[in-house]
Amino acid sequence: MSESAVKSAASAEPREPWFGKKEKALLSDPLYIDNPITVQVLGVCSALAVTTMVKPALIMGISVALVTGFSNLVVSLLRNGIPKQIRMIVQLVVIAALVTVVEQFLKAFSYDVWKQLSVFIGLIITNCIVMGRLEAFAMANKPWKSFLDGIGNGLGYGWILVAVAAIREFFGRGALMGFKIIGPSSDFLINTQSSPLLSWYQPNGLMVLPAAAMFLIATIIWIQRSRTQKLIDIS
Amino acid sequence: MFNNRYILIYTLVMALVVSVALAFVVNGLKPLHDINEAVFKKKDILSAIRDQIGADPLKMKDEELIRLFEEKMDKVVLDANGKVVTGLDAETIDLAAEEKKPSNERKYPLFIYKGDKGNIYLMSVRGNGLWDKIWGYIALEGDFNTIAGASFGHVAETPGLGAEIKDNANFPNAFHGKKIYENGNYVSVQVVKGGIKVPDHQVDAISGATITSNGVSEMLNRGMVAYLPYFESLKKK
Repeated sequence: MSESAVKSAASAEPREPWFGKKEKALLSDPLYIDNPITVQVLGVCSALAVTTMVKPALIMGISVALVTGFSNLVVSLLRNGIPKQIRMIVQLVVIAALVTVVEQFLKAFSYDVWKQLSVFIGLIITNCIVMGRLEAFAMANKPWKSFLDGIGNGLGYGWILVAVAAIREFFGRGALMGFKIIGPSSDFLINTQSSPLLSWYQPNGLMVLPAAAMFLIATIIWIQRSRTQKLIDIS
Repeated sequence: MFNNRYILIYTLVMALVVSVALAFVVNGLKPLHDINEAVFKKKDILSAIRDQIGADPLKMKDEELIRLFEEKMDKVVLDANGKVVTGLDAETIDLAAEEKKPSNERKYPLFIYKGDKGNIYLMSVRGNGLWDKIWGYIALEGDFNTIAGASFGHVAETPGLGAEIKDNANFPNAFHGKKIYENGNYVSVQVVKGGIKVPDHQVDAISGATITSNGVSEMLNRGMVAYLPYFESLKKK
């Protein structure tokens, strides 16, 4: 990533389209080929914690995307004025301020989700993705590109979160987005107790525990690497 | 390179700008936070008697919930001896803060739901789960013996295990109809593993959540005692 950062900084000319090929790549690369969780292996800690259900995972993904996007933007705007000696501190202050704003808004407008996420929202501050993108990209690139890079990485993180959460919620609780689909009572769409064909079905208790996220993320990394030549044996 | 004076001024200005901006955001949103918190607490309380209300408080609109609460709920604050304390709003009594006081200075909130079939008394209890605090609201019928409903909450019990005290409606529902007195002696309600032996006073535990289940037993036993003297005084009337 640092390679492309140098390239884009060097080729920065006045007459570039505001959303050309390079900008598109900034958004799309982190979704797959340079995914923050599966390739850069950043932000795994929170991916284990908030993926028991889809809704909190979705909100967490959006929150992180907003924080990475705007902290990249702010730091990139300030990048020439930030004293090198204290740049980490400045970056942290920007991140912490943005996270606090996100948390306050969630608490005001989506209280249930805030209750569920409260600890993890604070932990966005320490989410390696945010700091990692600031150091690797925003400090060396123009604001618009940095913003896109931040949003892209946030979304790359978010979709993995949602994918893992969907699998965990479905197999662990028989539900998706809180909508009960399959389980042993009449609350569920498919009642396994009343149907003789499905009476063997049991929700998988392991899926509810954090360890399940570890297995699932590992499986996703495995599948991705085996399908993508570029990622095999990078060294 | 930047000299030290620049860095110093930069830091000061940055700190000032950020703190002023955050202060505005926090203060601006404070009223909304307070409303949300109050509604959340009301939901918690009303969940204990959702059978009597005939609706699920979690699905009610905020305004409906507040109106129902104001119309049908009496609020009483009790001191450690079960005497009524006037001039305090039961909703502002926070058991987390009361816990830290010496036991003879604690205050206890009591909510009285004026239903069609007589009053229901809602006690607030708080105790320890496996990872952090757990709490609950226990509704007693007018005989001060039969449990009319219960709701539980927790800070950080394990999802799928201890957290089921809140997430799985079957657990609080199981308290419905249990009795807290046996031949005139207070026995509370126990959460037990491996099958109920005394149907009047026992509830099935959540498998895999022994410590949370024991915590619920302990919380009920200790928490409800504080309200008993007041109920005794009501019975005499």
